[in-house]
Amino acid sequence: MDLVNVLFIAPFLDMADAPVFLAEVVISGVLTGVMYSLVALGFVLIFKASGVFNFAQGAMVLFAALTLVGLMERGVPVWLALIGTAAVMVALAFVIERVMLRPLINQEGIILFMATIGLDFLLQGVGQIAWGSNVKVLNIGIPNKSFEVGGILLNEFDLFAALIAAVLVGVLAVFFQKTAIGRALRAVADDHQAALAVGIPLKTIWVIVWSVAGIVALVAGIMWGAKSGVQFSLSLIALKSLPVLILGGFTSIPGAIIGGLIIGVGEKIAEIYWGPAFGGAIEGWFAYMLALVFLLFRPQGLFGERIIERV
Amino acid sequence: MKFRHLLLATLAVAVGVTGVFAAKVAAAAEQFIPMLVYRTGPYAPSGIPVANGFRDYYTLVNKRDGGINGVKVTFEECETKYNTKLGVECYEKLKNKGSTGASLVNPFSTGITYQLIPKAPVDKIPILSMGYGRTAAADGRVFKWIFNFPTTYWSQASAFIKYVSRKEGGWDKLEGVKIAHVYHNSAYGKEANPTLKVLAKKYGFKLTLLAVDHPGQEQKATWLQIRRLKPKWIFMSGWGVMNSVAIKEAAAINYPMDHFVGNWWSGTDADVIPAGDGAIGYTSTAFHDAGIGFKVHDDIIKYIYGGDLAKAKENNIGEVLYNRTLVNAMFGIEAIRTAMGKFGNKPMTGEQVRWGLENLDITEARLKELGMEGFTKPIKVSCADHETMGPLRIQQWDGKKWSFISDWIKPMREVVRPMIEKAAAAYAKEQNITPRAC
Repeated sequence: MDLVNVLFIAPFLDMADAPVFLAEVVISGVLTGVMYSLVALGFVLIFKASGVFNFAQGAMVLFAALTLVGLMERGVPVWLALIGTAAVMVALAFVIERVMLRPLINQEGIILFMATIGLDFLLQGVGQIAWGSNVKVLNIGIPNKSFEVGGILLNEFDLFAALIAAVLVGVLAVFFQKTAIGRALRAVADDHQAALAVGIPLKTIWVIVWSVAGIVALVAGIMWGAKSGVQFSLSLIALKSLPVLILGGFTSIPGAIIGGLIIGVGEKIAEIYWGPAFGGAIEGWFAYMLALVFLLFRPQGLFGERIIERV
Repeated sequence: MKFRHLLLATLAVAVGVTGVFAAKVAAAAEQFIPMLVYRTGPYAPSGIPVANGFRDYYTLVNKRDGGINGVKVTFEECETKYNTKLGVECYEKLKNKGSTGASLVNPFSTGITYQLIPKAPVDKIPILSMGYGRTAAADGRVFKWIFNFPTTYWSQASAFIKYVSRKEGGWDKLEGVKIAHVYHNSAYGKEANPTLKVLAKKYGFKLTLLAVDHPGQEQKATWLQIRRLKPKWIFMSGWGVMNSVAIKEAAAINYPMDHFVGNWWSGTDADVIPAGDGAIGYTSTAFHDAGIGFKVHDDIIKYIYGGDLAKAKENNIGEVLYNRTLVNAMFGIEAIRTAMGKFGNKPMTGEQVRWGLENLDITEARLKELGMEGFTKPIKVSCADHETMGPLRIQQWDGKKWSFISDWIKPMREVVRPMIEKAAAAYAKEQNITPRAC
């Protein structure tokens, strides 16, 4: 009876008892979810355009943030450091295409996935060798004051991050849906050989998509790095975006956003209202549990392309 | 031609033989200490100053003093990434190095310490888990090979509550006061919970335990609960990125930072610097000073960095964790020196160093000789008490440096020691150990 109360009655009574706090929990979850989406977007872009699950996306976030802060520490102005880092990420895309992807054209997805695991280790190592493993402060002037609206505490930084994510999603959606390159990207994702047959330059497309994913990683690195300092643990943020991808679908940009919001809000509500029943710290595994439930009923995610296999 | 070949062969054999002999002589006069470090991975910002502190102190002992009573200190780093499995592998790799094997091991991780505790009596290598690891190991009757002086998590928690009682105006004022413990959801993070629960019952304060999952990069849910709960005091047992994020989140909800007290692993430069101005006023416990105003620092700058302060600072000199490691390394070296006082000036075995640790007596006068007068407190270890329940102070971050804001606070021995003895007795029963008579 006590268990029934703790799991099915007390949490809802608690919510009803303090609706303003509930609203704050939901808003906080939304804003956290946006931050997860920023990382998830990088995965989606590469998967959508090349069918590769890029295990190194977290390492790309770390590498981009380390490069940016490393340049700034050497006296490079913020705007120039941003351009320089973007250029490094584009150069990285060229190298990845030439050294890693080109020799693996038409290989199984699992082979490409394994290659990205290697890339993950490489980027983590190179980033730390080049810029050091010490924690670095990243301050590019994003406001960080808190203020109350109707009893709900909001933070300027979180709102700024949400705005950045919204702009990024808008730009990427237009890029994929309305431009010739975007359509080519989608064609490559469907079938490498068919895309090549109709004259789509596969190598160029891969460089473009890895470059865009690199720049998205830079944005995610800036937002997370400004929050916690730039350090190795940034690469672990990728683990938080996996359930987001499972929920939203690996091929959908809006899915990455919606998935992020569901995970963000879900884990906050779970932690605060159901956490005490399990001894706390449940938000980490709750996101994965939610993703598992989705996998059972909708393996392609909310917005992912339906998986149809010819037999 | 043949004669030339013969001469060359003779020379080669002579060089080989004398080389081996010289190496053996060198090894015979060396004291090996393994270094389990984490210069990479998610906890590298904490691991780097720790590794540099050990390296610099051992090097200083060799360069300034010519070793320990003439015996050179040798050491080798092994990268653990703060990963328990890798830590155990490193221990296995290094335990037999040197002419007498590893003198002692400093795991610098509660997880690794827990795994090495059963190995210590088998390998006869003592463990010095200075201010971390298994608190019950303070009972030397059961944990003959483990030392966790100068103080433990349980003692620390009791000293924190004592500090709060002073700030609140007395023990009777603790009744009904809300105190939250925000902790890393690991063996380490949970260590303070039993003591806090006992003290909550004894003094009537309302304790809330809030766990944060590894690595702690996202803590919004925890700080929403803090915002709703409005605890008057927060105690934090965090590590790595969890600390800086927590400090930033506390600042974001306008929590009074002078009522937010980290434990000694949550009060380092790597914790406050990323949090920027939000960290101003944040406090933590400490059992040694921060900064570089001591003779030991002058010696390190002179003997290791050739007077180049900037280079020394690049290597973390004066940072909280670097200074803590100087204390840790000094304890180890002095234990070896103590052992030599009984067994002679030669490389000590692990068993002899264990004796040295158990008979360690570092007085104010000795601290002065070591260039650490006022840097930390004297200690005297005994057979029964491997902790010594040393005092600690509260330090505060002003945006640029740490400064002490309290006197030395003695832990509550009358509360903590019986708990330690009970936990040690339970361990002894579980492991079928007969406690020593001390």
